[in-house]
Amino acid sequence: MFAIVVFPGSNCDHDCYHAVKHVIGRPARFLWHKETVIDKDIKCVVLPGGFSHGDYLRAGALARFSPIIKAVTDFAKDGGFVVGICNGFQILLESGLLPGAMLRNRALKFICKDVFVRAANVKKTPFTATYTEGRVIRLPIAHAEGNYYADAGTIDELKTHNQIIFNYCDKDGNISDEANPNGALLNIAGISNKQGNVLGMMPHPERASEEILGNSDGRALFQSIAQHIEGA
Amino acid sequence: MKAEIFVKLKSEVLDPQGKAVSGGLKNLGFEGVKDVRVGKYIVLSLDDKMPIEEAGKKVQDMCEKLLVNTVIEEYAFRIEG
Repeated sequence: MFAIVVFPGSNCDHDCYHAVKHVIGRPARFLWHKETVIDKDIKCVVLPGGFSHGDYLRAGALARFSPIIKAVTDFAKDGGFVVGICNGFQILLESGLLPGAMLRNRALKFICKDVFVRAANVKKTPFTATYTEGRVIRLPIAHAEGNYYADAGTIDELKTHNQIIFNYCDKDGNISDEANPNGALLNIAGISNKQGNVLGMMPHPERASEEILGNSDGRALFQSIAQHIEGA
Repeated sequence: MKAEIFVKLKSEVLDPQGKAVSGGLKNLGFEGVKDVRVGKYIVLSLDDKMPIEEAGKKVQDMCEKLLVNTVIEEYAFRIEG
């Protein structure tokens, strides 16, 4: 069972639900942010995109104090799988489930477009286990604060433990400054925790999960984790 | 009692907003501005009965837990009775 957390201001919750329930055909339910318990049958929690609590103060800063986050933190500590997409990634950073922080995009603009990202360290986390190493995929981004920042020590840690999972790149897979949409350090688009059970990413795989919408590059992410859960 | 909190990005963190404002000032013909950092100013109205030392501790705690993201930001505050 997948659970998609709904905060006041979430707007990708139904897209994530649809991708899990109808596109890959796995059971899914919503979890309201005021809930305090994650039931035993839930194996993967999705923190969806949106503008939780209006993004007031800082994106993700107030969602971190929603009661469900305490439960999600315990769930992650016990090895439960958590993926945060866009605003969900920002919430994971603010909650300390992932290291670093988001700055405003370097051009100060909200960016809404398709970008290319390269999958790295794909075996680090079951979310990307069925992607081939170095595969270039096209996914949409839609954010104003996606300029990933962490101090030099944290970046070294991320590298040492193979935690950098997605980098912005061009269509040929070159990770360059021209292919960096928002100024993120090392073109970072997604990272995992040390254990590999928590993934945060700015691009939206749920918006690119079926051919009828023009792109299915994101579907493998949901499929990978579903297969992993079923195999466990 | 009033607490005034000043939040800004750490000096080693690039401030895109500050850069844009800096460019704007130059375009308007203001010279001699070497750098601009844009931050936040937060004002809290506090219970007047609270001892000032306790208020200081509380405000610091609030900054660390919510008002400031210490990964990228630093802060200073002052409390006036």
